[in-house]
Amino acid sequence: MIWVIIIGMALVTIIPRIIPAFIVDLIHFPEWVNKWLKAIPYAALGALIFPGILSVIPDKPFVGLVAGVAAILLAWFRVHIIFVVLLSILTVVVLTISVG
Amino acid sequence: MDKQKRSLKRIQIRDGFIAGSPIVIGYIPIAIAYGVLAKQAGMSLFELTGMSILVYAGASQFMGAGMIGLGASALEIIVATFVLNFRHFVLSLSFVNQMKQYPLKWKLPLVLGLTDETFSVSSIYKKQVDHRYGAYFYGTIILTSYLSWVIGSLLGGVLGDVIPERLSQSMGVALYAMFIGLLIPSVRKYKRVAVISVVAMLINYLVTPYIGQGWGIVVGTILGGLAGVFILEEDKV
Repeated sequence: MIWVIIIGMALVTIIPRIIPAFIVDLIHFPEWVNKWLKAIPYAALGALIFPGILSVIPDKPFVGLVAGVAAILLAWFRVHIIFVVLLSILTVVVLTISVG
Repeated sequence: MDKQKRSLKRIQIRDGFIAGSPIVIGYIPIAIAYGVLAKQAGMSLFELTGMSILVYAGASQFMGAGMIGLGASALEIIVATFVLNFRHFVLSLSFVNQMKQYPLKWKLPLVLGLTDETFSVSSIYKKQVDHRYGAYFYGTIILTSYLSWVIGSLLGGVLGDVIPERLSQSMGVALYAMFIGLLIPSVRKYKRVAVISVVAMLINYLVTPYIGQGWGIVVGTILGGLAGVFILEEDKV
């Protein structure tokens, strides 16, 4: 039974992933669609960051918020992405220890 | 000549490894947490690792394992997975459009490994599409991410709760920090990018309580991208 679930989950995940590989060559998109597709990464990043980041520590949305602001500042001052990630983890560790 | 080809490929693989390393840092603790949870939900090691190999989509695997533990029906779990993962269709459309010139034999394995994270990194590193053997760059990002997810799940299932809860919870911020670290340099270069992201954030925030997290991200991404059609200038993206 669990394997039926796993295979079903795999199919409904894989099919939407691969369909575009077949259709992009067949359809010629008008210019505005190309522009839309180029804007998708920035829109997706926005939707993936917020409000999800608030639930990093359940019931303590400010922890995620502070870590997010720290990440924005670090990235803005051109800190390498690896250190943005590591320092954000550190921010959350420090906040959860100090706030309890 | 052959030697030169090989070193060009090696450079792309090395760069892909560097570009993908934040994903690995983010994936391993989450994959371990998934393995622990799936084990507690009653899945065998073989099943929980199999789910990571075949489904390879973090949030839906947490949900699936949780629902299995609660005794939900197969149909419920599969429909919920479809809803939660439909965003990959939109992401894949944008991703494939970026690598239009690649043959299908490259596009297919690349989109099979598409996740929020591999998409985000690959779409911010645009230049490599035009590099010789650039497909090796994207292939490396995708393969290292996939392996770290699968191996991490297996570790979680074998070792149980090895990472102290406080640390694993804190590491949950890693992927968000990575998304921010990918977005901010683009905003710095071209301020209007911020408008697109903020529109997507607000729409996601407003609609999620009504339509759920999965559709919230889909609608936020589609409409935020649509804002881009109006505000982006040609040749600037």
